[in-house]
Amino acid sequence: MAPLLEVEDLRVTFRTGDGEVNAVNGVSFALNPGETLAIVGESGSGKSQTAYAAMGLLARNGRATGTVRYQGRNLLELPQRELNKVRSEEIAMIFQDPMTSLNPYLRISDQMAEVLMLHKGMGKRQAVDEAARMLDAVRIPDARARITMYPHEFSGGMRQRIMIAMALLCRPKLLIADEPTTALDVTVQAQIMKLLGDIKRDLGTAMILITHDLGVVAGSSDRTLVMYGGQIMEEGTTDAIFATPTHPYTLGLLSAVPRIDREDEELLTIAGEPPDMSRLPPGCPFFPRCAFARPENATLRPPLVRLPDGRRRACHVPVEEILAQKEVAQ
Amino acid sequence: MSAPILQVSDLRVTFDVPVRGGWPWTPPRKLQAVGGISFDLSPGEVLGVVGESGSGKSTLARAIVGTVPSTGRILFDGRDIGALSAEERRAHRRDVQMIFQDPLAALNPRMTVGDIIAEPLTTHFPKTPRAEVRQRVRDLMERVGLLPNLVNRYPHEFSGGQCQRIGIARALILNPKLLICDEPVSALDVSVQAQVVNLLRELRREMGIAMVFIAHDLSVVRHISDRIMVMYLGRLMETAPARQLVERPRHPYTQFLISSVPIPDPALEKARPRPVLEGDLPSPLSPPSGCVFRTRCPKAKPKCAEVPPPPYDVAPGQRATCHYWNEPTPMMQAAE
Repeated sequence: MAPLLEVEDLRVTFRTGDGEVNAVNGVSFALNPGETLAIVGESGSGKSQTAYAAMGLLARNGRATGTVRYQGRNLLELPQRELNKVRSEEIAMIFQDPMTSLNPYLRISDQMAEVLMLHKGMGKRQAVDEAARMLDAVRIPDARARITMYPHEFSGGMRQRIMIAMALLCRPKLLIADEPTTALDVTVQAQIMKLLGDIKRDLGTAMILITHDLGVVAGSSDRTLVMYGGQIMEEGTTDAIFATPTHPYTLGLLSAVPRIDREDEELLTIAGEPPDMSRLPPGCPFFPRCAFARPENATLRPPLVRLPDGRRRACHVPVEEILAQKEVAQ
Repeated sequence: MSAPILQVSDLRVTFDVPVRGGWPWTPPRKLQAVGGISFDLSPGEVLGVVGESGSGKSTLARAIVGTVPSTGRILFDGRDIGALSAEERRAHRRDVQMIFQDPLAALNPRMTVGDIIAEPLTTHFPKTPRAEVRQRVRDLMERVGLLPNLVNRYPHEFSGGQCQRIGIARALILNPKLLICDEPVSALDVSVQAQVVNLLRELRREMGIAMVFIAHDLSVVRHISDRIMVMYLGRLMETAPARQLVERPRHPYTQFLISSVPIPDPALEKARPRPVLEGDLPSPLSPPSGCVFRTRCPKAKPKCAEVPPPPYDVAPGQRATCHYWNEPTPMMQAAE
């Protein structure tokens, strides 16, 4: 099967008053049709900028290099006109905060119909009808009557549903969801994640789910890509990554999360603080916080190596050593 | 069992909401943010308060500290805090300290870290010798895991996790008896969040401070609390010892809340049926009659709309505000 999206050696640099900040440093991955890939990482790991760069949505001072191949075309080199076509009809994006991504001055019907009129050449009435059908599909009660309301008249969860409906209007093949539930309460989060799961099942949409919440990742992704300091630390099937993490950072992250189904005496923590992206260490970005680190690893950046089971990891420490440590911890 | 350090009975907080388009003399609408909450807190105990946005958990915290006017009774160390003299009120302010959600916003950007941490001490005990203040600040910085040589830096030079440590040091300098933590780790990254949670647990073990720990993340609350209180629309839904509440919730809202929390274990998470609580939070300006949860409750019956449920004793130490706590919740049954 040919991958839907192929990202190769993606790099993102921001020019700031304090010099250059390297937000993403050589990220490569592929996404198959219908697959859900979760990109996890803490703030500053470059997980969102990876998606923004692929979509041509970087801030003005940002620059992306590398290739983002979508169905054979490099999105980073497409002229604006063609990129817009891809972004509307092929790839759609939903954002963390639905209030700031909806236009507060426009009725929902106008915002949604605009998409269809522009890209599908529909008439206004037909477009509004189609929009109402889509709102129905994302389970907004009484959609036909409420479509003329303004964004502020909806709750946070409803606004996120509207965002999802809008993203689906042109039936994209790929949906990029950037922290889609971070701003929502936990019961609403469960509603939205269920909705995204239903969409994936019914429409076969591929999805990139960007999040910091490992619980959300566990329940709804096929593969997981763990980022730190703008680089991929580990990537593999979600089941494998959670069951046997082979990277010290993944291991640390998983043991630092408190779980509702467990009573731990003490949470295992990762010492130190997330890195300053304008002063990354020359070697592995995780080196200063790594419990397994050896002095000789300080300057050498570990390559991303594919293991026999298909996963990839970037670490100098042998897999066996980390697996042994995991047994001790349990 | 020693006498409770904090006794809250029938606490209510009501805000006036001006009517839009009304005349200046139009009476404002009443929004009841906290509607009749009662609980006791023993010395050294950690009470977790969970609820979604709009549940009134932060308002509850503010009422205990005394920064929003409330009715009902709050006894701290046996004294009614509504009837304190000015002198006693100052003493109360020393004994109750607060930690906030946004650690950077809670710190004055134009003061050095040392001055920020020392401020409660120099305000309440202005005659403390300078050398002693300095020593206390250094000790505390070390205690919360900050290098004491950073004492002359400013807040913006620190990361979120470090700012929260500064906030904790500042809250501890007066040796308070009660610490109110309002979403203290919600703004932090997972790896840093675990550090701060562990720090709070250590402090509690070593110094025996009682805590009210408010958060929306039930996993974190379970991890740090002895007892958990679940709120919805300003009302108490259920309270129980932490483990009991998570393992045997009796109120339908608690049951939905717990089943909505994702578990970072793909095998478990994908196999687990996920009953989803439908609908949205009703407007607090016109809460449902009777039980406030009934509009979303799969168990609701006519009685729920008429009679507000009292807290029923459902098990030792566990109370649930539901008329039908004894009956199985339909969707949960299917899930089991």
